[in-house]
Amino acid sequence: MSTLSYAVSDSATMLRRSLRHMLRYLSLTLFVIGIPVIFLLLFVYVFGGTLGAGLGGPSGGRAAYVNYVVPGILLLTVAGAVQGTAISVAMDMTEGIIARFRTMAISRAAVLTGHVLASMIQTMLSLAVVIAVALLIGFRPTASPVAWIAALGVLMMIAFALIWLSVALGLVAKSVETASNTPMFLMLLPFFGSGFVPTDSLPAGLRQFAEYQPFTLVTETLRGLLLGTPIGNSAYSAIAWCGAIALVGYLWARALFNRDPVR
Amino acid sequence: MTTTPSQLAISARGLRKAFGDQIVLDGIDLNVPEGTIFSLLGPNGAGKTTMIQILSTLIAADDGEARVAGHDLARDPDAARAAIGVTGQFSAVDNLLTGEENLILMADLHHLGRREGRHRAAALLDRFDLVEATKKTPATYSGGMRRRLDLAMTLVGDPRIIFLDEPTAGLDPRSRHTMWQIIRDLVAGGITIFLTTQYLDEADRLADRIAVLDHGKLVAEGTADELKRRVPGGHIRLQFADTAGLESAARAFGEGSRDDDALTLQVPSDGGVRSLRALLDRLDDESIAVDGLSVHTPDLDDVFFALTGHPNTEKGSVR
Repeated sequence: MSTLSYAVSDSATMLRRSLRHMLRYLSLTLFVIGIPVIFLLLFVYVFGGTLGAGLGGPSGGRAAYVNYVVPGILLLTVAGAVQGTAISVAMDMTEGIIARFRTMAISRAAVLTGHVLASMIQTMLSLAVVIAVALLIGFRPTASPVAWIAALGVLMMIAFALIWLSVALGLVAKSVETASNTPMFLMLLPFFGSGFVPTDSLPAGLRQFAEYQPFTLVTETLRGLLLGTPIGNSAYSAIAWCGAIALVGYLWARALFNRDPVR
Repeated sequence: MTTTPSQLAISARGLRKAFGDQIVLDGIDLNVPEGTIFSLLGPNGAGKTTMIQILSTLIAADDGEARVAGHDLARDPDAARAAIGVTGQFSAVDNLLTGEENLILMADLHHLGRREGRHRAAALLDRFDLVEATKKTPATYSGGMRRRLDLAMTLVGDPRIIFLDEPTAGLDPRSRHTMWQIIRDLVAGGITIFLTTQYLDEADRLADRIAVLDHGKLVAEGTADELKRRVPGGHIRLQFADTAGLESAARAFGEGSRDDDALTLQVPSDGGVRSLRALLDRLDDESIAVDGLSVHTPDLDDVFFALTGHPNTEKGSVR
């Protein structure tokens, strides 16, 4: 086998390992899937009536708000899932087995690749659950099959970028507790954007921030694809942001993993 | 010394390592021939673990060079990795996987193929008395089982050289003996073992050669017997019933160290029958009553004390 096929096979082995961890550490997995569902129900049934009325749409408040809020909730799902990534990476680094991997003739990147691929799968599962619940409680997207695929692509893109960033955050954390706290800001960002209310309802200053931050751009792209609202330049900016975050996260994670493990 | 890499499993020249301004290894030279057990002996903090971490490619040395299985660690670490196995001081098992899954994980990373991997995992579980651990995660294991699984994982890839960092630390006596037997069996199979220990008797029982590490420097190297020979003689310890006996014995033997509280006197001796008889004759001649007597031949404790100037354990000999 060539070096590349070894790298692929080692990554597949590490992916199987990480997936087993998710099954064995079921509480974290269920937490990661459950939290966004709770947020969805909270926003639709508790805040939805009032917030929906504020959207000023022709139809009823809550029904209109379901459609408005789902893209934001989907990003919240991704942000919550990558928090799980940071936690499992940090937990893994406290284990002696990582030292064993480092003394074996295996692809160095495989450990991190395994985490990233497993997190992608977990994030996609969480998104599937959230979308299913959303459809059950009245989410009515107008997307064509092609637009659905594009929306899925956008979600995978932001997930991939944030997962690499979280892998780095998990590696840089000195403890598992820190690793579970540092990615928290990712869960707040959808709120300081167009995820839950239109940005023009925000005060100046916050509004400018909200309009240019990546979560808003991704939210608007998703909303456009799923519900046919105007996308404008959001899609390109979103792609650029995701590419940049993924690259920074990847390079940072790689540098952190390759440094001397004993300092 | 010129030796070809094929004869030496491990060789190191002038290895240095510092963490910040703390020097942990200060110019280590050593050679380990193939198929032998080499023991690095030293107290906590001597630099033993750092030495294993460097030789097993986990961390890089600041200076010096090392070859493992003939491969230079700085230039070709992956070739060295392919030949070695490491069982660290801290358990290197995956705590969320079962015993069997841990072994199959190793088999997969060695690209053994599904059939061979399962076969080898089953054989190792059987060989290391881990059958009950097959479907259980390590959380439920005893210390000895955990260590055996750790070593079994190291063996999946058929390493030629195995590094064991304090393999019996924290194990009960029975598990220690099991581990010693496993180590002897491995060497009988042609594997080279590099082990660290702070137990003198462990090095004495297992190792072909012993190096004593203290504050980052090797203070002695040789077989257990060679090291013992470097220590000036043993002694005979005389126990007396009263101060009078101790006084007269001290007058007779002069030299030696007396302990007035314990009523004992230590007389230097090589521990041989002849010197013992001479001592007894002398005691007879002087009519000194002795309550008890024990012959103390130099052990590695004495060696350690003599070489480093401080005892390795609380029972460091008094001289």
